[in-house]
Amino acid sequence: MKNKSVSAALKKNAMLIVLVLVYLFFLILTKGGIFSPSSFTELINQNAYVYILGAGMLMCMLTGGNIDLSCGAFVCLLGALGGVFMIVQGMSTGLSILLLLLIGIGYGVGLGFLIAYVHIPPWIATLAGYLAFRGLGTSILSANSVTGSLAPFPTDFQSIFYGRIFPTEKGVFNWPCFLLGLLAAAAVVGLTFRNRQVRLKKGYEADSVASAAGKSGLGAAAILLVTARLAMDGGIPTTLLWVAGIILIYSFITSKTTIGRHFYIVGGNMEAARLSGVNTRRVMFVAYLNMAVLTAIATMTVVARSQSAYADVGKNFEMDAISACVVGGVSASGGAGTVLGMVIGATLIGVINLGMSLISLDANYQRVIKGLVLLAAVVFDILSKKRGK
Amino acid sequence: MAKILLEMKNITKTFPGVKALDNVNLQVEEGEIHALVGENGAGKSTLMNVLSGIYPYGTYEGDIIYDGQVCRFSNIKDSEKLGIVIIHQELALVPEMTIGENMYLGNECGHKFAINWNKTYSEADKYLKMVGLEESSKVQVKTIGTGKQQLVEIAKALAKKAKLLILDEPTSSLNEEDSRALLDLMLSFKKQGMTMIIITHKLNEVSYVADKITVIRDGTTIETIDNHGSEPVSEERIIKGMVGREMTNRFPKREGVQIGEKEMEISHWTVHHPLYPERKVVDDVSMYVRKGEVVGIYGLMGAGRTELAMSIFGQSYGVNFSGELKLNGKPVKMKKSEADAIRHKIAYVTEDRKGNGLVLSQSIKVNTSLANLGAVSSRTVIDADREYAVAEEYRGKLKIKTPSVEQLVGNLSGGNQQKVLLAKWMFAEPDVLLLDEPTRGIDVGAKYEIYCIINDLAAAGKCVVLISSELPEVLGMSDRIYIMNEAKMVGEMKADEATQENIMALILRSGRGA
Repeated sequence: MKNKSVSAALKKNAMLIVLVLVYLFFLILTKGGIFSPSSFTELINQNAYVYILGAGMLMCMLTGGNIDLSCGAFVCLLGALGGVFMIVQGMSTGLSILLLLLIGIGYGVGLGFLIAYVHIPPWIATLAGYLAFRGLGTSILSANSVTGSLAPFPTDFQSIFYGRIFPTEKGVFNWPCFLLGLLAAAAVVGLTFRNRQVRLKKGYEADSVASAAGKSGLGAAAILLVTARLAMDGGIPTTLLWVAGIILIYSFITSKTTIGRHFYIVGGNMEAARLSGVNTRRVMFVAYLNMAVLTAIATMTVVARSQSAYADVGKNFEMDAISACVVGGVSASGGAGTVLGMVIGATLIGVINLGMSLISLDANYQRVIKGLVLLAAVVFDILSKKRGK
Repeated sequence: MAKILLEMKNITKTFPGVKALDNVNLQVEEGEIHALVGENGAGKSTLMNVLSGIYPYGTYEGDIIYDGQVCRFSNIKDSEKLGIVIIHQELALVPEMTIGENMYLGNECGHKFAINWNKTYSEADKYLKMVGLEESSKVQVKTIGTGKQQLVEIAKALAKKAKLLILDEPTSSLNEEDSRALLDLMLSFKKQGMTMIIITHKLNEVSYVADKITVIRDGTTIETIDNHGSEPVSEERIIKGMVGREMTNRFPKREGVQIGEKEMEISHWTVHHPLYPERKVVDDVSMYVRKGEVVGIYGLMGAGRTELAMSIFGQSYGVNFSGELKLNGKPVKMKKSEADAIRHKIAYVTEDRKGNGLVLSQSIKVNTSLANLGAVSSRTVIDADREYAVAEEYRGKLKIKTPSVEQLVGNLSGGNQQKVLLAKWMFAEPDVLLLDEPTRGIDVGAKYEIYCIINDLAAAGKCVVLISSELPEVLGMSDRIYIMNEAKMVGEMKADEATQENIMALILRSGRGA
């Protein structure tokens, strides 16, 4: 019985275990380089867009394996427009952010309408954007700049999307960062036990004290570890707040709300959802509207980090987001997958990327390995599900 | 006596939990037209699937002897090689392809790597002429009517060098004229020495073409009637064989239920086919249900029962609706929306629980709360504990056999899945339940439990509309019975005056337009 539950737990968290193993692998290979404080900051900043776009892609994929091919090119267009607003026109940062979000909403409404109400297959509807937006973005850039890129973005824009909270010098322990970590860790443990208490009080099944302590303890330890390392590198990056906020919101939506449930039902059986009174068209509409808005937010973190808008920005972002979802166990046919899974998938890909660049592996081989990891993840997923049956 | 071409001996085929065929015997002489008749679900199609190798050797018991040899088909190709060709009820043509391409689909002429199109089309034209079709084989299938498509199917069978042709309900989608042409074609094939088996519900066709009639009921052969005499076999004679069965205690009694006011009433309800808007799938139907009443709707397949129920349920099927819907005596203008129907306390429990009823990849809990998620959530946030408690409550109430409500619905048996489907709709707290084939494909024990649930619903003052193609079920469970045929309501009977014979007779009479 005990063995069974252990193997079930292993199976359930297989990707997490893979992540830890891959991390240890690179830890040895880089002789601890991947554990350096700056690597933690790098991991977060480099992959922020994957988490954000991944959350949007997850919602699309839940509705039945639908994807958005246009998000990478849309990043390029929005980046170019942001450059025009802030650098060329000199608009205020707040107004520019608002405009970019509105443009994101505008595209999302149009795309959602085409997919949900005109029934254009999503990959075709988004293929149009994939083709058009980069061309549009590039032409805007070259019309406004000789070099084809717009830089630098204003400092207040950068401090919102690529700054630090209560920054300190590198190497100086940043207490606010660590205290925030402590708070988050305490919240994880506290909430877990409070939930358990409530369940017991209402007479439902609940985890044993040991398992609750184990689970929440691991989570809390991970948070403390990350914040402790970040504290040595100047403090919490604002990107982390954006990413963490989005992850928390989408976790809540997908696991606790009726609209989140509707996404799973539509992906699980569209007809059954319709006949149960679920507004299936609205679900499809919201999926793509949401994706476009998140793309706008991702764009801002990306151009703030690179400090410029250029023609190649956002290249292959759609593939990164899809990979994160698929590696994270999101079903390619819809109806299954969690935000946490996507986060683990994105982190796994991020760790592999970072590790490979730390050992300065040839960029071409990096692509080969990424491709193989993606394939292995899906094969693993399908095989483990088969055995489960 | 002519040579026996085909003999099926003691065929037994079981599906998980159901014995579909039980020691069935069938003898077909060379050059005859043999009719196979029986109610829906009696096992006719299963028998033909065994014969054609769709259910391969080893999945059934018994012997198939064809042309003096014992056959062990492992797939449909094997049986086709010997000239046994089956034409299924649903046309299996690809609309976008030409007639010629369709006829040689999977059976292409020419080399393995190069199709010989000239040969394909010239051969196809030859066979089209044999079935009396003028069209060129280069015409797309979607451009010709259903009657002609059926003829293409037959030409396709001929192209496979059929010696024994099996036609499963070949006239079900044809009008009177096309049907007669098809039957005459069969008779002309017979003169040329072809052997045929025809499955049909239309008994006038049976007596017109068949030499012998084998009656199947509940998975067993009842009798084989000779149609060679000077007088054709009467339809009453065939019906008796089809339906004559004993009914003892298969249906729980419903006692002391007060039947109240009219809860739902529709009048002059007409619905058109979503793809062929000129075709009426429900034609000027009027009916009502009262509180605490179980009303049966009986009809053969394709009579329009499902279409009727789904169109009442928020117009979830069809286009160009007309007619009036009254709830509690008041006319209701319902939007084309399932959610609106649920708000008006109507539930449609689908006949296709896997296809459009349940989300198999989700748990019992998720499926149970699905149609009324608002009741277990506040301000769109789901209360997980309340949801769990509801699922537990219905698991107990409906005796769903499962270790936990977190179990995926896909892992349950058919009967238990059906109960989850019922649980979902009971939790939506409807006043009117439209149950479409609620006992399809589940075993006898589970059926009985479903009947008990229906009785409980009626006792609680709900209106139950029971749609079924099992006549005994309709007779055993209903207070009142409506009979549908070809999109029309052709009769209404009280339970005590309805019998299997007079219902079947009503349908057959209306089918001939008399």
